[in-house]
Amino acid sequence: MQYSEIMVRYGELSTKGKNRKDFIKQLGKNIRHVLHDFSDIHVNPQQDRLHVDLHGEDYDKVIERLTGVFGIETLSPAIKLDKDIDNAKRVALQMVKDQYQSGMTFKINTIRQDKNYPLDTYDINDKLGGFIIENVDGIKAKMKHPDIEIRVEIRMNGIFLSSETIKGAGGLPVGTGGRATMMLSGGIDSPVATYLAMKRGVKVDMIHFFSPPYTSPQALAKAKELSAQVAKFGGNIQFIEVPFTKVQETVKEKVPEGYLMTIQRRMMLRIASQITRDRHCKGVFTGESLGQVASQTLESMMAINDVTNLPVLRPLVSMDKTEIIRIAEKIGTYDLSIMPFEDCCTIFTPPSPKTKPDLAKTRHYETYIDVDALTKEAVAGIKVTDIKPGEEFMNQNQDVFSELL
Amino acid sequence: MIYFDNSATTQIDPSALNTYDQVSKKIWGNPSSLHRFGEESFNLLNQSRKQIADLLGVQPNEIIFTSGGTEGDNWVLKGTAIEKRKFGRHIITTAVEHPAIHNTCEQLKQLGYDVTYLPVDGEGRISIDDLKAAIRKDTILVSIMAVNNEIGTIQPIKDAAEVLKQYPNIHYHIDAVQGIGKGIQDLIMNERVDFVTFSGHKFHAPRGVGFIYKRAGKKIAPLMIGGGQEHNLRSGTENLPAIAAMARALRLLLTDEDAKVQKQAAIKSAIYDHIKNFDKVTIFSKDQDNFAPHILCFSILGVRGETIVHAFEDHDIYISTTSACSSKDHVPSATLTAMQEPTELCTSAVRVSLDANNTLAEAETFNRVFDQLYEQFSKLS
Repeated sequence: MQYSEIMVRYGELSTKGKNRKDFIKQLGKNIRHVLHDFSDIHVNPQQDRLHVDLHGEDYDKVIERLTGVFGIETLSPAIKLDKDIDNAKRVALQMVKDQYQSGMTFKINTIRQDKNYPLDTYDINDKLGGFIIENVDGIKAKMKHPDIEIRVEIRMNGIFLSSETIKGAGGLPVGTGGRATMMLSGGIDSPVATYLAMKRGVKVDMIHFFSPPYTSPQALAKAKELSAQVAKFGGNIQFIEVPFTKVQETVKEKVPEGYLMTIQRRMMLRIASQITRDRHCKGVFTGESLGQVASQTLESMMAINDVTNLPVLRPLVSMDKTEIIRIAEKIGTYDLSIMPFEDCCTIFTPPSPKTKPDLAKTRHYETYIDVDALTKEAVAGIKVTDIKPGEEFMNQNQDVFSELL
Repeated sequence: MIYFDNSATTQIDPSALNTYDQVSKKIWGNPSSLHRFGEESFNLLNQSRKQIADLLGVQPNEIIFTSGGTEGDNWVLKGTAIEKRKFGRHIITTAVEHPAIHNTCEQLKQLGYDVTYLPVDGEGRISIDDLKAAIRKDTILVSIMAVNNEIGTIQPIKDAAEVLKQYPNIHYHIDAVQGIGKGIQDLIMNERVDFVTFSGHKFHAPRGVGFIYKRAGKKIAPLMIGGGQEHNLRSGTENLPAIAAMARALRLLLTDEDAKVQKQAAIKSAIYDHIKNFDKVTIFSKDQDNFAPHILCFSILGVRGETIVHAFEDHDIYISTTSACSSKDHVPSATLTAMQEPTELCTSAVRVSLDANNTLAEAETFNRVFDQLYEQFSKLS
């Protein structure tokens, strides 16, 4: 079947009242972003629906992209016809035949937007349904839970027929929930946390701490590629690379071993907070999950959180590792995350970090280092890259490889 | 030269050989090394894995590289035996498996496992009722070949899958060494299958490389233990040049698969239709859908298989007795014996095994030589 458009139905938007327009506008923008390489496509956001006019593009590929976009509840490939009912009969019959197997039931479901159309919904249901019963042996109409449902929309500019409803990603369009930063390590958790932040409409800037020569260029490339992977759910991502070597070396040198990890984390959060403010972002997301490692106990979180008054948001806080892994696999970040490159969280890790650091002692030991100067220097040294959905950083030899394989 | 022994091995594809050569020369870092040179190898390894997974419609983490079919078969059987020994020690397989399965089962028997060999009918095929009857509470593994290597029977692996859906805890293994690229991928990669064995040199990749499909979440103990490569399941530095060459060979194999299968089937039919008219000829492979398109096994009564092989060889045509692996042992074909064919037929059986590179003209030459040899043989007997 050659579909002419994809009909997109909005999710939670119906409850948004006055902000509705902004949400629809943002969703339209995001959809244009993920479909950027389909040059013939036209994205047309309307009050109650969004229409993606295919102009001959492959609908399967477009649907595949759209199912990842937050803010879409369901979508349907549809065919636009002129307002000739005989034409509608013929196409509806073809749609039924494409899906029909012996014993199936069907229903015609008509919505009439064009109130001046000479036939009312009852007439249309009757005409199309009758035609299908006449032409498909053994098919029966059934109003509740039919196997095949043909949706007919009579709009001002034509008749639209669709029969398949595909579930979208749900959530809110990325960008409608404000802007925040994300502390991205490169492990399994932080990309999942990013995905969940995006699901609530937040536009995310990535902050990645980088400690050459202790961490490798591959580790940095991996963090960038993870960002490109999650960018598929919300469009381009700003990737902020923070030079962290000096901080780590200083902390290692000056601070007692038990408090090394806690103070290192406080420095990270302090730097992240500064970057967040500089970029007018409204909060910091992390991939922390309660009780997973020493730095993620309540006591540790309190000691680390002490350095900022920005909201520190932890979408994974109560999730089990297995639940997190399941999402990572679903969003395609798992295999990348488990690649074995040292990140800055694993270097200089003491053998037994304090799981219940004391806040007063933490503050005291921190006076051994020059917090302000180190923070300033790190923030001054950031490097920002714009990362597009699906970009590759790990594998720079793609062309050579594809020739070999 | 006419090479009709493709079930024994295939000629390496020139472009796969080029891949082998290029990778050996240029991308020779150890994939486990942390430096950029190692990373490049690691990336190529993963790219090869992804390509193979895509071609089979599975996930990259479900493909694990091995040294070939024998290792794959040994691994799935022994790996399951070790992993699931707490749950039972009963294994079901068929009476017509390749020695890599059969002899591994015999070894496991010595270690205290119990093996049921499902009998076969006159076409070399197991019955689903026999399978149902053989399943016990302590069954841990069912292993069935996709295509018999001696006569080309396609086993009812999909029907077996239907039965095994009721026993989700039994590992279901398919030896697909003879089955890949023969138009039955849907059958092999069915939704119930847990493990599948593949071997590179059967489809124009180098020797000494293969892979298994292992359904995500299914567990087997590793046989190769060491540096922890392949997610700790198969240690040993990866044979990257061969793996990359195999990924390429598999892509080439599955390109225009339908046309290639039809071509092999047409060559098989041409020989089948010709030799079926001779009195002393018995054909064990059938010329129909539930037989592989590339294997034709027959015997000429009163002439030993070796004699036939060498007689064809004199005309520069290369066929084999029923299986290359056991052809020097002078034992009668295991498959034909299991089919309860008379001994004199079993010892005179030979196998023609085809490939998409063969031609109908070769079949015609074969048929002409066959006529000549048949007449010669008739004088002898």
